[in-house]
Order: sequence, then C-alpha cells, then structure tokens
Amino acid sequence: MTTLLETRNLTAFYGDFQALFGVDITVGQGETVALIGSNGAGKSTFLRTLTGLLPAKGQDIRFEGQNIAGWAADRIHKAGIAMVPEGRRLFASLTVEENLLIGASGKRAGPWSLEKVYEIFPDLIAKKNNPGTALSGGQQQMVAIGRALMSNPTLLLCDEISLGLAPKVIKDIYEAVPLIREGGTSILVVEQDVGQAMAVADRVYCFMEGRVTLSGKPADLTKHQIAAAYFGAKNEGEAA
Amino acid sequence: MVWINAVLQGVLLGGLYALFAAGLSLMFGVMRFINMAHGDFIITAAYLLLALVTGFAIHPALAVPLVIVALAAAGYLNQRILLNRVLGKDILPPVLVTFGLSIIIQNALLEVFSADSQKLQAGWLDTASFKLSEDLAIGALPLLMFLAAVAVIAGLQFVFYKTPLGRMLRATSDDPEIVPLMGGSNAHIFAIATALASVVVAIAGIFLAMKTNFDPAAGPARLLFAFEVVIIGGLGSLWGTLIGGIILGVAQTVGAQIDTGSQVLAGHLVFLALLVVRPRGLFPKT
Ligand SMILES: Nc1ncnc2c1ncn2[C@@H]1O[C@H](COP(=O)(O)OP(=O)(O)OP(=O)(O)O)[C@@H](O)[C@H]1O
Ligand SMILES: [Mg+2]
Repeated sequence: MTTLLETRNLTAFYGDFQALFGVDITVGQGETVALIGSNGAGKSTFLRTLTGLLPAKGQDIRFEGQNIAGWAADRIHKAGIAMVPEGRRLFASLTVEENLLIGASGKRAGPWSLEKVYEIFPDLIAKKNNPGTALSGGQQQMVAIGRALMSNPTLLLCDEISLGLAPKVIKDIYEAVPLIREGGTSILVVEQDVGQAMAVADRVYCFMEGRVTLSGKPADLTKHQIAAAYFGAKNEGEAA
Repeated sequence: MVWINAVLQGVLLGGLYALFAAGLSLMFGVMRFINMAHGDFIITAAYLLLALVTGFAIHPALAVPLVIVALAAAGYLNQRILLNRVLGKDILPPVLVTFGLSIIIQNALLEVFSADSQKLQAGWLDTASFKLSEDLAIGALPLLMFLAAVAVIAGLQFVFYKTPLGRMLRATSDDPEIVPLMGGSNAHIFAIATALASVVVAIAGIFLAMKTNFDPAAGPARLLFAFEVVIIGGLGSLWGTLIGGIILGVAQTVGAQIDTGSQVLAGHLVFLALLVVRPRGLFPKT
C-alpha cells in the first residue's frame, strides 16, 4: 500500500507544556485508521498539528511525499487534508447549506458536492436553510462531516464524531464511512469508543500521555493489550 | 412646516452618519476591532479628494474612484502589515495602536494642509435642489448622500449574505480559529474586511469634503458620531446602522431647530436616552 501520511518523531507544545513526545504514525492510501486513548492523551493535539493549527515547523510530516510541517493551515487544507473538529464547531450565523459551501472554499476537484453530501445525509435536506446550530447534535455532526468532505480531501480527520450522541445516531453517522471511503478518501478518526474504533478501522493506534503505546490491526489486538495501552500498565488489572 | 423640514434634512444627514458608521461597524463585526483612527481616515479621504481636485486639477469623476481605490489598498496593507499584529483576544492593543495612528494622521495632515479649515466646491451639486412644495426643498447633495448611504448598506448586505466572500467574513466573525480549516487565511480575510470598510470610509470622506468645512482635527468628532450610530443601531446590524444614522441626524436637526447652538448636544442626548432604554441597540445581532 502507498503511504499517504507519515509522521516521524512528532512533538507538540502548548507554551512550555509538552503534549506529544515523538509520535510516529502512518496512514496508507485508502486506509481508515483510528486513534484511541483516554482524555488528555494527545489525540486532538496530534490532529491539530497535522492541520497546521498547531505549529510544527522543522518537524517531519510527510503527506503525499511532501513535508507539510510548518505550512499554514489554509495551505494544508488546500493540499487535501480536511478536519471535522472536536465539538463540531459549526458557524452559528451560517445556514446548514452555507456551512457546507464554505468547506469547498479551497476549490479542489473531486467527487463531493452538495448533492452528494445530501445523498449520504438526507436528514439535512429539510434543514438546509436553518442556522447550523439549530440542529440536533447528530445532524450538526453530519454538517461538520459534510463541510469537511466538500473540500474533496485526500485525507479526512475526524475528532470524536460520536461524542455525546445516541447509539442510533452514531450508527447512522458511521454508516457514511464506507461511502466516504468509496470516494477514495483516507480517514483518520479519533474515537473514545474502543468498540466503534475497532469496528470501523483497518488499523488502530493507542495514545497515552502523548505517546503511541500500541498499534496494529484490530483483529490482532487482544483486550488485554488494549487495556494496558489505554490505561497504563499499573492499572491494567483494574481495566481488564 | 419648519419641523417637517428639520426632520427631512435630518433623515438625509443621517445618510452621511450611516456612512461614517458602517466601516467602523464592519471592522468590529468581523474581527472585534475598534478603530480609534476611523474618523481620521475619513478626514484623510476628504483631504485626498481635495488635493486631487484642487491641487492636481484632476476631474472629480476620476478623482473619486482614485480616492476609493487608494483607501481600499491602504486599508488592506495597514491591516496586513500593522493591525493584524495587535489583533488578539485582548481588545485593548488595537485601541491603543489606532489611537496612536489617529494622532500621527492628524499631525501629518496638519503638516501638509495646515490648520485652516477647507471645503471642496461641488459646483452645481452645492446649489441644485428639488422643490417638494412651496416651502419644502431637498438639496441635491444631501439627497445624493442619502441615496449613496442606502446603496452602500444594500451593497454590503449583498456582499455579506449572498457571496462566498461574505460567507467567509461571517464565518470569521463567528469562529476565526477554525476558518483556516476551511482554506481561509485569517490575515487575508481581516485585511479584506478592512479594505471593504475603507471603501466606505472613502465614500464618507468624499461626501464630507463636499458637505462641510473640515480641518486636520475633525476626525475624532466623526468617530464619536460613528460610535453613537453603531450603538443606536445595534452592533453588527447593517440596516440598523442606517436607522441609527437617521435617528442621530434627525435628533441633531430637530435640536438645531429648537435652539441653533444645541445641534450636537441634542444628538448626544438622544443617544444617551436610547442607551438607557436599549443598551444593546435597536437591532442587536442575535
Ligand atoms: N490549548 C491548550 N493549552 C494548554 N494545554 C492544552 C491545550 N489543549 C490541550 N492541552 C493539554 O494537552 C494534553 C493533550 O490534550 P488533547 O486535547 O490533545 O487530548 P485528547 O486526547 O484529545 O483528549 P480528549 O479525549 O479529552 O479530547 C492534555 O494534557 C491537555 O490538557
Ligand atoms: Mg480531544
């Protein structure tokens, strides 16, 4: 498989506070990869570093063969990385449709359009002229995903798309994943729900305290290994 | 009849005040930026037009677009090079920097144009008027000013609500942090907002130059009117800005009708009264 994204020894800081300590992650072309890990493990920080929202100057982030570390976020977006941010972050004074359209500002060519987004999330059609923030949580999440897809990304980053949603809604949203993959987009999802992550991903990485503690194909990982990587060795008994 | 006339003239004057205010409101709306040099930029535009028309003998039909383009370009660069550096969560640095700019501009204008007050002769525009009845007439210039204000507000409304640029500006106003994830550059979008505001500033300055006497120290008073209009109308509401301008204009002309010396005072009093009754303005952004 061709490598789409590869980070080597990635670090990240908030002021003096170090949040990532040498993270190596690869995503192959067409792959769906999940990042799991407890609160504060550094998953969002990792995604924000990839998108350029956090500075990464002088580091090594290979995307389609280019080192994008240090690029401005808008340039990275135009290069083909889109993100569904933690907490959805819809624009409150824009309608649903405007929220979707603004995702296409980079004018990249590809399979995604308003029609295609409405096709995978038909719930949004009736709401397209409502303010984005007047929707239910699940529908807002659909808008956030659609907004990212509108840029026709090569790599889609999703930060906790199931957080705070009812199981039925989560199921609806994850049903879109195969359709997104069909379009050739690779996906990197952050997911606290380990079961969900295992079900959707080709490979998973587990984060703990800013480091990758485990990686592999879901089928190859035991519950025991995951608990150890997720909670740390000393709590392993308790978690398993 | 004198009262009707006062109200009518006040409404038309309100157009000019809406033009003063729209740029200020726009910059605050998009990036929470309070530009203390706003009035001085208006006066600078007025002087620029005066210099082009009387100093360089350029025809007004050419000078007017030149002033608009010059101000837009200067606004873009000023935001990109200087103002973006002080833009952040804290609202104070922009206030301090533009306060400094205000002083610099006033002194520069004083150096170049002296302290004498000036006015641009607008030819037939100064004298032409339309008779509505025996003792009621509208001057061509005030009417043009008012129509320009309506056109500017309608134009901004169109840009903000019907174009991709407006979508980006509104998104930036909502949540600038994630706009780069949509492919937008904050630095560029902020500069575009200032350029747009500067176009309105230029138009305001052009009308001011034709309407009244002005001097290098005339900026802060315009800023004060602009503030009052924005607050009366409600922050972030474009049509509110027009209504706010009209209210301030009518308050002033009716005040002047009651007592010639109290034109400006009457405006301030109405502003204060409205501030007490509707602290968030008449049309607050929800
Ligand atoms: N803006 C910030 N300033 C300072 N520290 C931060 C900031 N954002 C996150 N951190 C810290 O960085 C570490 C990693 O946080 P991050 O948000 O990446 O974790 P996460 O794995 O996404 O957690 P969650 O599952 O709660 O979203 C945490 O210790 C957090 O407190
Ligand atoms: Mg997170």
